[in-house]
Amino acid sequence: MKTAILRRVLSAVVIFTLALSLSVIAYADDGDFRTLDEIKDSGVINIGVFSDKSPFGYVDENGDYQGYDVYFAERIGQDLGVDINYVSTEAANRIEYLQTGKVDIILANFTVTEERAEEVDFALPYMNVALGVVSPEDAVIESLDDIGEDDQVIVISGTTAETYLVKNYPDIKLQKYDAYAEAKTALENGNGAAWANDNTEVIAFAIENPGFTVGIPSLGSADTIAPAVTKGNDTLLDWLNEEIEALGEEEFFHADYEATLLDTYGADYEDTLVVEGGVAAGTDAAAAND
Amino acid sequence: MQSLGLDVLFKGKNFVRLLGGLWVAVRISLISVAISIALGLIMGMLMAGKNRVLKAMFRVYLEIVRIMPQMVLLFVVYFGTTRVFGWNLSPEASAIIVFSFWGVAEMGDLVRGALVSIPRIQYESAEALGLTTAQVYLYVILPQTFRRLVPLSINLITRMIKTTSLVMMIGIVEVLKVAQQIIEANRRTSPNAAFGVFATVFLLYFLICWPISRLAGYLEKRWA
Repeated sequence: MKTAILRRVLSAVVIFTLALSLSVIAYADDGDFRTLDEIKDSGVINIGVFSDKSPFGYVDENGDYQGYDVYFAERIGQDLGVDINYVSTEAANRIEYLQTGKVDIILANFTVTEERAEEVDFALPYMNVALGVVSPEDAVIESLDDIGEDDQVIVISGTTAETYLVKNYPDIKLQKYDAYAEAKTALENGNGAAWANDNTEVIAFAIENPGFTVGIPSLGSADTIAPAVTKGNDTLLDWLNEEIEALGEEEFFHADYEATLLDTYGADYEDTLVVEGGVAAGTDAAAAND
Repeated sequence: MQSLGLDVLFKGKNFVRLLGGLWVAVRISLISVAISIALGLIMGMLMAGKNRVLKAMFRVYLEIVRIMPQMVLLFVVYFGTTRVFGWNLSPEASAIIVFSFWGVAEMGDLVRGALVSIPRIQYESAEALGLTTAQVYLYVILPQTFRRLVPLSINLITRMIKTTSLVMMIGIVEVLKVAQQIIEANRRTSPNAAFGVFATVFLLYFLICWPISRLAGYLEKRWA
């Protein structure tokens, strides 16, 4: 009878659904990944990058991936002797991609944090990120101690800059905005003495808007950006680390900066942002600021 | 046109890329819609039937679909099946599974509702005329059901087309993602590009959904 088959098919669908929902809860982590040799044998490496975060990872008008992360990815493919399959990732699914082995490496402006290091393995860093403070040229704030009692500092709600200032400088008055555009307008209108945000953002702002200077280019805990691989994929991780160290000798990431980031951040911040040979120097700058 | 940011659409292959993205979205939704209508009809008929066990199971299925956001379903099917069963579904296959899974449940419920809304007397009169069960459905009930279904299912179909924008979360580059890529790549040179590009995307979605809406209007009139 037709309905009997249907009934069986439909109950299978329902059971499948329930199994799937349970699987989210059960969360079996088998961490399937491809070793270095498997990648080489297949002739293709899957690299997860951003496709809409200019200038780090984006797609140009010809449909080609470009940016600071992609420049490095291209070199990885070249040195491994394999083709690259770029996978467009979002901030929210980067860890998932690695844990399911759907990509071999994530090169998507991935900031190293302790929580993330429990989920994935980070290689040596290739970029610094920290907070920065931009202020008008005629009243440059070069240290947070310069901020007067009546001055206010502009921040965007929910950013690391806000958290950092509230925690470490509770006396500084903050002027909070929800969106980047509002904070920008507020600074331009002189509503605040300075604006604190990720240093890449404030540096780009100062370059695009004459009359403003980044008085404090590196503040707070200096974080780094590094490639990440699936936890336990040691062959690939070791190769990446050796690669990054070797590339340091030819100043590869400086060349990368000059090819991809120079237009946005200018030559002055090259050494602030670039990490060469996997040795992050930013920690010293942060210590001096504390 | 500079101020609207429409110029970026004609840089390089940008417009072709946007249309390519639109095709990805349309392909995923059309396949899912076809599956949803076919299986949804069967499911709706079974839901309107008398089997209590079956009805209870459909109820659970429908509730799961209603409770789970599509985004979660996408993650479960694309990443979850790899974690648990080691399957390696392609992103597009995962998307079609999720959209069909959603579509079949909602379509089934719409069909059930339409069937139930047909007055009892219609069945009884048809049977009194000596029609078999199959004939009752084929000649009397289903034609009336379809008419009631059209506006409701168009609603579901256009909703499915628009929800395809979520598939960017499993790495599929569809029209909205291409739009974001274009806007971001030109952030410095054309800061206002967002307006023009999103307006174009709006127009593209409209061009897809509007004919479907018109078709529904036509069918409703024809079957009235």
